Amino acid sequence: MNGTPLKEEDLKKIHIIKYKPDAKYSYTAGQAYSKFLAGLKEKKIIGRKCNKCGRVYVPPRMYCDDCFKPTDEWIEVKDEGIVETAVASYISWTRERLEKPEIVGVIRLFPSRDNDWVFPGIFHRICVDLEQVKDMSVFGKKVKAVWNEERIGSVNDIECFKVVE
Amino acid sequence: MKIGIIGVGWYGFKPSIKDSSFREMMFEASTRAYEEANINPRTDVDTFISCQEDFWEGISISDEFAPDPIGGAMRPTMTVTGDGIQGIVHGIMHISSGLSNITTVEAHAKPSDILSLNHIIEFGHDPIYGRIGAKNCNFLAGLEAVKYMQKSKIEREDLAYVVAKNKELGLKNPRASFASKLSIDDVMNSEYVVYPLTELDISRYVDGAIVIVLASEEVARKYTDTPIWITGASFASDSTLELSELGEANYLKIASKKAYQMAKINPKQIKSAFIDDTYSYKELEHIEALGLSQNVKEDLREGQFYPGGKIPVNPLGGLLSVGRPLEASGLSLLLDAISYLRDGEENAIVGSWRGIPTFTGGVLVVSRK
Amino acid sequence: MKTNLNFRRVAVIGAGLTLFRRRMLETPQELAWEASKAALDEAGLDLKDIDCVVIGSAPDAFDGVHMKGEYLAHAGGVKKMVSRVFVGGATGVMVPISAWYHVASGLCEKVLAIAEEKMSPARPHPQSVFKYIWDPITEKPLNPNLIWIFAMEMHRYMHVNKISKEEIALVSVKNKRNALNNPYAQAAANLTVDDILNSEVLVWPVQRLDTSPVSDGAAAMVITSEDVARRHTDTPVWIEGVGWALDNTEWIQRDLYYPRYLEYAARMAYRMAGIENPFKEIDVIEPYDPFDYKELHHIEGLMIAKRGDAPKLLKEGVFDIDGDIPSSPSGGLLGVGNPIAAAGLMKTISIYWQLKGTAGKMQVKKPVHTGLAQAWGDLMQASTVVVMRN
Repeated sequence: MNGTPLKEEDLKKIHIIKYKPDAKYSYTAGQAYSKFLAGLKEKKIIGRKCNKCGRVYVPPRMYCDDCFKPTDEWIEVKDEGIVETAVASYISWTRERLEKPEIVGVIRLFPSRDNDWVFPGIFHRICVDLEQVKDMSVFGKKVKAVWNEERIGSVNDIECFKVVE
Repeated sequence: MKIGIIGVGWYGFKPSIKDSSFREMMFEASTRAYEEANINPRTDVDTFISCQEDFWEGISISDEFAPDPIGGAMRPTMTVTGDGIQGIVHGIMHISSGLSNITTVEAHAKPSDILSLNHIIEFGHDPIYGRIGAKNCNFLAGLEAVKYMQKSKIEREDLAYVVAKNKELGLKNPRASFASKLSIDDVMNSEYVVYPLTELDISRYVDGAIVIVLASEEVARKYTDTPIWITGASFASDSTLELSELGEANYLKIASKKAYQMAKINPKQIKSAFIDDTYSYKELEHIEALGLSQNVKEDLREGQFYPGGKIPVNPLGGLLSVGRPLEASGLSLLLDAISYLRDGEENAIVGSWRGIPTFTGGVLVVSRK
Repeated sequence: MKTNLNFRRVAVIGAGLTLFRRRMLETPQELAWEASKAALDEAGLDLKDIDCVVIGSAPDAFDGVHMKGEYLAHAGGVKKMVSRVFVGGATGVMVPISAWYHVASGLCEKVLAIAEEKMSPARPHPQSVFKYIWDPITEKPLNPNLIWIFAMEMHRYMHVNKISKEEIALVSVKNKRNALNNPYAQAAANLTVDDILNSEVLVWPVQRLDTSPVSDGAAAMVITSEDVARRHTDTPVWIEGVGWALDNTEWIQRDLYYPRYLEYAARMAYRMAGIENPFKEIDVIEPYDPFDYKELHHIEGLMIAKRGDAPKLLKEGVFDIDGDIPSSPSGGLLGVGNPIAAAGLMKTISIYWQLKGTAGKMQVKKPVHTGLAQAWGDLMQASTVVVMRN
């Protein structure tokens, strides 16, 4: 068999070179995301609409990838929508256990219809009981954004989406 | 083999583009390419290739962002982590294998978004012994330049000739952000970054996006009466740093041998050259590797690499004038070659290099016939 | 109709793997070389015979090298035409697809296809690398981890198709059991559905035993023209269909319960291979299974089962090692391990060995003539499919 597996205790016997990459970036938000982030500061969710196919892009895009043409207009969508999917995370991004599970999911924002295959969507935290995630009763629920008092133009300007019915 | 180039588009080529994201730049470049080719990517293009690297983008698995802005969503889209010329060769293989009639190849760069570019380059060195914490990531080019100069009896002044030539020729190029009229003395008197290279000997980074539309011979003839043909294409790596031959661009030797064979052409029949000049000495080293001159020093001093000479080399200024758009560097040279051919030249060779710390490059033979 | 005669025939004549393990001593280059050497040995070729090399590896951050393709080129691509292809997690099957067109185009004769991943070096945890695969502006600020992706998709799939976690756990039971026959496997086990449902909850509905482990490993294949194949083996395995597709980046804007992009990729491969009814015409499959529900999700996207029907067929035993369409006979990523790109290529190799009849204890019971391997990746948007015949 090819390869030499190591056990935990072997790690002390071998040479390990540590290196922390210094990788720093200042991502250009561009035209679409700049407007989106500015909108969040004003408690607005801004999308971009393609008048050819009618699709609304949230987060916005300056082009419609289906029609391959520039999108046509800025559209403010509701800060309300329907829970498409929701999950409860018991681990952090570094895989440490969390005391209290974090609930996140995807919200299909209004205006959109139940059977839309593509829709304006947002990926965010959902403030709901763990049980409602586990028994899936949160699916299809109507939710609304809870905005932070202090906003800086970031997706974190929204605290979470709260069930409103 | 004959593959047609039926459309090209570019966007940017400024040191820093702050009002468009890289995706918006890709969309602008591809819109222009499809307009020139007179095709609709959603119905007419069979496969899509984007050339990019995670750490240039600052996104892990950055190919997630490849399909949408080039019309490739829900289509066979893939990335080649390499120079645009490598992407072109993959595109040629898509077409020659019968998989595709029309293929889009895209490459872009947004170095102005990278705040720690020197460190990213160091991160490309071998993790165990290659990362020496050099203050200047160009040190490797300095090492190689000295080796090359010693081997080919090139003097510091010869490098200044290359710089002055390319900076001046770039004045005719609409993409050249760094063109200027300089004297040999201006170059000789500027300060060294790493001996023997001054700031003027090192191409500057530039933001930009390029899209090239390729088509099979039969299809190309349907879309245009004046395609540019690719008749030979290959790429190669020498090895990693410790085993590659400094001062010899073996990657271009290997790749060009194959490309000449495919094109059934010998270097003497090549009429113009668009070759990597990320560093001034690289232009000379690459001329030798491609077999374009028997005496590089003499030809350079006699002005044989200017338009009107034996073989114009980077007659639109090369990367020293246009700048180095990371993985789009090879396509930038190809764009120059295409405009030169459209202006009347018969054929050209394009030779790219992926930059430090690689020993990888690609070659295309392009022709009007 | 069997094959499209416009295509040059392309064969697989050798394959090799390293062990898949949580942590390996070898460097990424060494792992890649070990697998390459084994593949060359099986093919009866030397490295000097190889004219082109294709490399696959997923995020550069895992091995901790920028331009990882250049670094890995050392494992076989010295002084050759060598390049790296990349479609996220779907890369493992993109590698043989790319090797296929290297040969089918006539540009190359003998291609070495290599895939390698070393996940163990990443700190603080290999998981943390995945934060950087999200959109840096609209998603990364939420501090996401990779498992969120799978949990969100799995839950949507369960909700729309009314599928239970018990039904999904059967995939994990099957694959980890299949892996007991695989000498390279990292996570082989005889488990029950209860074991899986009692394992640590990571991100509900995903539990630890629903997932594949963090792994180091490499895989390689030798892929050649028909002439070369005939000279070196009496039992070449032909690559007869390739397909891939990427949906857009906007995963939050589409219904996740069905992988439409995979259907597109599969249609491309089926058209090429002349397959009209995949359920009847394909004998053995290796669908991508980094998480248990994914195998079912993919079997539906491959149109081998109708939407929502895969769990039923699984329960009936269709996908068992002695079933009508054995699925993941190698043990899959759940059983063998998941060094991302290497895992995808391992699945392709599994089909190759099945069709050649050299899969040893992994060999499925029924005679097999047509097999399929598939991988998946990016932000729930990419799939790659390869169809092979003996």
